[in-house]
Amino acid sequence: MTEQSPLTHGIDVAALRARPAVPRVDDEDIAIRVRDLNLHYGDKHALHAVHMQIPRKKVTAFIGPSGCGKSTLLRCFNRMNDLVDICRTEGEILLDGKNIFDRDVDVASLRRRVGMVFQKPNPFPKSIYENVAYGLRLGGMNKRRVLDETVEWALRGAALWDEVSDRLHDNALGLSGGQQQRLVIARAIAIQPEVLLLDEPCSALDPISTLKVEELISNLKKDYTIVMVTHNMQQAARVSDYTAFMYMGDLIEFDNTDRLFTNPARKQTEDYITGRYG
Amino acid sequence: MTGGTVAVCILLVVGLLGLIAVRGLAHFWPADLLQASYEPPGMEPLPVLGEVVRSEMVASARLKSAGLPVSTDRPFYQRSLLKLGNRDLYGSDFRFVLDDWLKQSRYPVDVAVFERIEWGVAYGFLQEVRDQGQLVASGAQAWDEFLQRQAQVNAIRQDIRAIEKNQIGAVNYELERLRLRRRGLELDGNADPAALLEIEAQEQAQNARYRQYEQELVALYAQIQTSSIVLHTVEGREVELPLAKVVRGYKPNAMGLFGKMRHYLLKVWEFVSEEPREANTEGGIFPAIFGTVMMVLLMSVFVTPFGVVAALYLREYAKQGFVTRTIRIAVNNLAGVPSIVYGVFGLGFFVYFLGGSIDQLFYREALPSPTYGTGGLLWASLTLAILTLPVVIVATEEGLARIPRSLREASLALGATKAETLWRVVLPMSSPAMMTGLILAVARAAGEVAPLMLVGVVKLAPSLPLDGNSPFVHLDRKFMHLGFHIFDVGFQSPNVEAARPLVYATALLLVVVIVALNLFAVRVRNRLREKYRALEY
Repeated sequence: MTEQSPLTHGIDVAALRARPAVPRVDDEDIAIRVRDLNLHYGDKHALHAVHMQIPRKKVTAFIGPSGCGKSTLLRCFNRMNDLVDICRTEGEILLDGKNIFDRDVDVASLRRRVGMVFQKPNPFPKSIYENVAYGLRLGGMNKRRVLDETVEWALRGAALWDEVSDRLHDNALGLSGGQQQRLVIARAIAIQPEVLLLDEPCSALDPISTLKVEELISNLKKDYTIVMVTHNMQQAARVSDYTAFMYMGDLIEFDNTDRLFTNPARKQTEDYITGRYG
Repeated sequence: MTGGTVAVCILLVVGLLGLIAVRGLAHFWPADLLQASYEPPGMEPLPVLGEVVRSEMVASARLKSAGLPVSTDRPFYQRSLLKLGNRDLYGSDFRFVLDDWLKQSRYPVDVAVFERIEWGVAYGFLQEVRDQGQLVASGAQAWDEFLQRQAQVNAIRQDIRAIEKNQIGAVNYELERLRLRRRGLELDGNADPAALLEIEAQEQAQNARYRQYEQELVALYAQIQTSSIVLHTVEGREVELPLAKVVRGYKPNAMGLFGKMRHYLLKVWEFVSEEPREANTEGGIFPAIFGTVMMVLLMSVFVTPFGVVAALYLREYAKQGFVTRTIRIAVNNLAGVPSIVYGVFGLGFFVYFLGGSIDQLFYREALPSPTYGTGGLLWASLTLAILTLPVVIVATEEGLARIPRSLREASLALGATKAETLWRVVLPMSSPAMMTGLILAVARAAGEVAPLMLVGVVKLAPSLPLDGNSPFVHLDRKFMHLGFHIFDVGFQSPNVEAARPLVYATALLLVVVIVALNLFAVRVRNRLREKYRALEY
């Protein structure tokens, strides 16, 4: 059966579903395994049986047209979708071999292991220092010395220390958009998560800030498993090691970034990255 | 069109405030005293001395039907209201006169006004100052002698008041506590003789203290009761006034502009800082100001946590369904319930049920006289807290809804639980909205009178709800309130004309108090807004 509607751009979706893309991950240490993940928003089937393996300490990028489910998939990794009442998930996501949807998983501690940075910079209306220390204070850390050290370490890690070291106690909302985005990255790494999820981290930034954040991502992958969503294919090509192309809730292709961009296995991927649709 | 409407509204408000201010504040001005001979045709001439309170045009037909010998050739006559004072002599302070019949009007310089503790003011001419019936000074020296003695008497009177109120008040308070302790022991059935003896000993100590104060008082009273003054009223009667009964004397016609202004400020200060005298028509209204402010503050303390917790539940925790919607509608409708209904609820639930139970449990020894089982500051504040609860809930809910989702997600993504997110991010950021709710609540509560009459406001409270006797804050006490004071002075007063300016003055003060409370809250809110500007991006 072939669905032929303008929205599918001539792709044989039914055929794709019958034969899910086989991820090709070259002998990597795998941090996250996604198995047969289905997600429903009410009546809408938003993710279709996604299988995926995300390698440790690499940058994995999700690309695809708007509404294809890449942000939804990303928000599954730290269970942010739990906040949506009508959202229902089936299947499993194994983080270091443990299914994060299991009943005995504490969501708060899961989110401390899987940090997240959002599309729009969202610092709290507190001082720069308190923003970075927020996660530590939540964990019950109140020792001044430890807080000071960690805040400096996180801000250095986010390449922001030199710009703000003399005004740590100013309101974070006084920073520029790019600085705010690096601040929330610092806030996320201050609690030393294993995985960092970036949901279109540069979409609200100007080119120079974008460049800084991209450099930062490249540096951070030494220590963190990074999963990012991006609309910008050049960005995916520049910073990521692996790229997943998603379309209408399906994972179409997942491969080494160079291979995916130079020699896509599927025609749909090729059409998308060459700009023929999407 | 809209601009015009706004302008009209502002004009109305300014006009109303202006009227209240003019009518109320003019009362304290030491106006010149008019002396004249009142000669209606065909009647004995009557010498009058007094202050012109107001003048108006009256139709002659009305005057004629009132039995006055006016000619109907003229349509109108000018009529004035004179404040004659000397209520003990004339029976009433005020008299209407027709200006046409006032002859030989003049403003004599040496006429004096004496404010008394009882019977209002006395107008007359000072003749002599006496000490124990013996002449001390007369004529020109009399006034200086009077001023000097008056100052002494006032100083002693203050001492007397301090002893009566503070020291003897404390003794009485202690004695009452001892009585209740003994009664409590008797009720428990274990009248331990040692304990009884101890109470007895303490009672005797207090009684000894009391006798000592009593002697001091007797001595002080003896000192002030010796002096007296003699004055001639305008019709030539001689009146002797004991100085102990005179609060203050002055000669308005001899005062310059600055003297009058000084006197005016003194009177205004007395009005806001002193206790009332003479069925609230003289003296000040400090206890009412104090009671109003304290009640509003207590109400804020009660209503804020209740309202915020309720709003948090409705907005953040409750499942948004039929039940929540019903509760929300009910809360909104609560705001429309007439306030007297809250008063009845407060009387039934707080005073009789809660207060009665508290008395049964903890104040058994004081029964049958109630402690919390009667209206009081606590119950009045709680009643008003319930009355203003909907405002705070609605405002807080709106504030919670305005916190951007991105900030909640940021906190949750850092491993915060829902409660931690609310406590560390959402609540601080919605505090300006809570303050808005509180401002509206204060504005409504401070002006409310009807429910308070049922749950604890009285015409005259013997003591403030805050004093030097432990536990210092007495939430069970009845208190005075500016709004009720207006009602009482304006409509329950035996001396309507004397009370009228006080109604305006008190109304002005009530407005000032409400504005001050609101300004304070607005300042706090603006500070919070400044701190959490994030909502703007």
